[in-house]
Amino acid sequence: MVKLLMIFISASLINNFVLTYFLGICPFIGVSNKTENALNMGFATTFVMTLTAAVTWPIYHYILVKFNVPYLEYVSFIIVIASLVQFVEMYVKKSSPSLYKALGIFLPLITTNCAILGLALFMVLRDYGFLESIVFGFATGVGFTLALVMMSGIREELEFADVPKVFQGASITFLVAGLMALAFMGFAGLIRG
Amino acid sequence: MATHNSLGHEFKKGLWADIHPFRVLLGLCPALAVTNSFVNGLAMGLAALFVMVSANVIVSVFRKLIVSEVRIPAYVVIISSLVTITDLFLAAMFPAISKALGPYIPLIIVNCMILGRVEAFAAKNPVLPTVMDSLGIGVGFTISLCIMGGLREVLGFGSIMGFQVLGSWFEPWIIMILPAGAFLVLGGLIALVNYINDKKAAKAS
Repeated sequence: MVKLLMIFISASLINNFVLTYFLGICPFIGVSNKTENALNMGFATTFVMTLTAAVTWPIYHYILVKFNVPYLEYVSFIIVIASLVQFVEMYVKKSSPSLYKALGIFLPLITTNCAILGLALFMVLRDYGFLESIVFGFATGVGFTLALVMMSGIREELEFADVPKVFQGASITFLVAGLMALAFMGFAGLIRG
Repeated sequence: MATHNSLGHEFKKGLWADIHPFRVLLGLCPALAVTNSFVNGLAMGLAALFVMVSANVIVSVFRKLIVSEVRIPAYVVIISSLVTITDLFLAAMFPAISKALGPYIPLIIVNCMILGRVEAFAAKNPVLPTVMDSLGIGVGFTISLCIMGGLREVLGFGSIMGFQVLGSWFEPWIIMILPAGAFLVLGGLIALVNYINDKKAAKAS
């Protein structure tokens, strides 16, 4: 239990995927201009991440390792993720049209979110068990949502700020992200040993 | 003559007008993650360059055979096979670099820069222009990564490629080799590119 909690805190705050591993930067910059969009994107991503962890773990351990073909890891993971996103999209569309409308174009975009593949790779690399992997997937999603929502809040304020011309747009966004990464380094003391 | 000109143009546009990390803002994850030293930036740039050119050539050759409904899965399978080759090659020949880059090599698969080029250019153009286009974008990407890696290494360690270039008076800015430094350097470089562009535009008018 303690280990699961540690994984949760570590993946969502200390080793935040966006701010320390730079995974999922594209949506982080792309859809962080409005808080509402950021929140929806965060939820969709968290959902797919948890599911990805739950599906890729058995595939890696019961198929790839068993048949001694771990070099097919990348090909099989990416296919699984792409089809998973497709299935989720179809399911959500049928079962809850209102949620589908809210998530809209964000669902298909998730396939190309490198944080999802990164999650599956880190899970294998760190040798997590099944339950740990699911917690890791969920926590990573929470961390992603947190970073995205905070960034969108700052960017909404930035619209009223007087930014020098050459720094406008992407440049100031990265500088803000840098300061956020600095702030998140403060969480490093949360877990000792 | 016209074709000759346009081939040169396909190559050159990747070096400045469409330089990916700074202008188009694609392929950012590796640009930020592995550029804590010059060598890592160079290695990542070359790995991506290889995958970029080969994936584009393969797609361009088969562009009439790939049915458009399943084109994305087809591209992804091609790219991920090439990345697996790269990954195994690096692990066998340069274990130190392979270790330093870690999971960021497999993450080339989801580098939107490569999929973007395949979709936008290789799927519609013959082989020769595709080679020039992907070479240009790939070289531009490698140069960007080297600049970022070099800058961060000089400021963070006072060295370039492991050689000490700044004397002992220099107090290393540790922040530059930490994740936060990557964001700050990229933000600064984008601003610099904007500044040069504005200057150029002002001169032209």
